[in-house]
Amino acid sequence: MDLSPIWLTLKLAAITTLILLLIGLPLAWWLSKKRSLAKIVIEAIITMPLVLPPSVLGFYLLLAFSPQHGLGHWLQQTFDVQFVFSFKGLVLASVIYSMPFMISPVKSAFQQLPASLSQASYTLGKTQWQTFWHVLLPNIKPSLLTATVLTFAHTLGEFGVVLMIGGNIPGVTRVASIAVYDSVEQRDYASANNYSLILFAITFVMVLSVFIYNKYQAKSPLE
Amino acid sequence: MIAVNIEKKLKAYNGLQLLRIKKTFLPGGITRITGPSGAGKTTFLKMIAGLVSPDNGTIKANDTTWFDASQKMNLAPQLRRVGFVFQDYALFPNMTVKQHLEYATDNADWINRLLTIGGLETFASHKPDHLSGGQQQRLAIMRALAIKPKLLLMDEPFSALDVKMKSALIKDLQVLFKELGTTALIVSHNPQELDGVSRDELEIG
Repeated sequence: MDLSPIWLTLKLAAITTLILLLIGLPLAWWLSKKRSLAKIVIEAIITMPLVLPPSVLGFYLLLAFSPQHGLGHWLQQTFDVQFVFSFKGLVLASVIYSMPFMISPVKSAFQQLPASLSQASYTLGKTQWQTFWHVLLPNIKPSLLTATVLTFAHTLGEFGVVLMIGGNIPGVTRVASIAVYDSVEQRDYASANNYSLILFAITFVMVLSVFIYNKYQAKSPLE
Repeated sequence: MIAVNIEKKLKAYNGLQLLRIKKTFLPGGITRITGPSGAGKTTFLKMIAGLVSPDNGTIKANDTTWFDASQKMNLAPQLRRVGFVFQDYALFPNMTVKQHLEYATDNADWINRLLTIGGLETFASHKPDHLSGGQQQRLAIMRALAIKPKLLLMDEPFSALDVKMKSALIKDLQVLFKELGTTALIVSHNPQELDGVSRDELEIG
C-alpha cells in the first residue's frame, strides 16, 4: 500500500494546526474583547467555512489563486509563488477552511474568563502580553487543546477544498481522503478500506485522548 | 493625596443614573466607602485604578494627573500602581498561593512576610481551588499588597473572614499601611468592621 497520502495528510494537518495556533490565538483573543461592527464582520467571515459547501470555498480559492487571474497572477509574477495544484495551496486552503475550528472554542474560552483576572494582572503592573501569556492562556488550556485537536482532525478529513485547489497529484496534493475516493473510483476497495481505517483510527484516538484529558482537567471553576 | 472629581453615567434598572464624586483622600488615611448595592462603589474604585474610565472630571495623585477628560488623558492601570482587592478575589486558577505573590514581586522576604500575615504559609503550594473562601480572600489582599502600593483599593475585603481572623488581619494591615505609607479606600457594608480604624467615610448613592 502506498503510504504517501497518509504522510502527506499528517504533514498538512500538522502545518495547518501550527499556523492556526500562531495566528488563531491572538485573533481569538482580540475577537473576545469588546465587540465592534468590524469584529462581527470578521467573525462572520471566519465562520463561513462552517456553513459553506467546501467545493464553493475551493472554487473561489481556485479562481483567486489561479495564475491566470489577478491575485494568483501577481503572486506568481512578483514572488514566483503558485498556490494552485501545489502543497502550499493545500496549506492555504486548509488554514482558511479549518480556521473556525481553532478560533471559535478559543474565543469562547477567553470570553468565559472573568474580566477581573486581566484587571488584577494590570493592577500588578503587567502588560497585556504578560497577562495573556501568564494568566489567560494557562487558564484556557483544556479549550486550547480541544481546538488544536479539532483543527488537526478536521484537516485530516478535508476533501472538497483540497481537491478543488490541489487536484490529485501523487506525492504532492494527493491526501488520504482523496486517495480513498480515488481507490473507490478504481474499484480498489482494499486500498480504500486501508486508508479509511488509518484515518478513522488516528482521529478516534485523538478525540478520545482529548475527552479523557478534559475529564481529569476540567475541575477548575473557570473551565 | 488623591484628589477625585469625576462623573460617570451608570446603567440602573430604571435607566441611567449619574455617579458624581468629589473628594480628597489624605495620604496614609483609611476611608470607608458605603452605599447601597448598585450605587457605583465598585465602579468608583475601578475608575481610580484606571480599569474603568469616567465620563468627565479629573483624578490626581499628588502632582501627577491620572485622568483628565478635558485633556483626554488617561494613565494606564499598570502605571498607576494601585493595589486592588477585587470583590470576587480575581485569583488566577493556574497559580499557587506563592506563585500569585511571585507574579507580583520578586522580593522573597516580602513574599514570606505576606504569607505569614495572611496565615497562608502552609498553603503556599496550593492553588485557589483548594483554598477556603477566607484563605482566598486573604490571598487576594496579600497579592494586592505585594506591589507595596501607595494607594490600596479594597472591595468588600473582609466579607469571608470570621471575626477573630478579621480583627487580627486588620491590626496587621494597619501596621503595614503605616510602614508603606499606604492610603486605603475600603468598601464595607459592615458598620462595625472598621470602627477605630477608619476616620474618614464616603457615602455613595
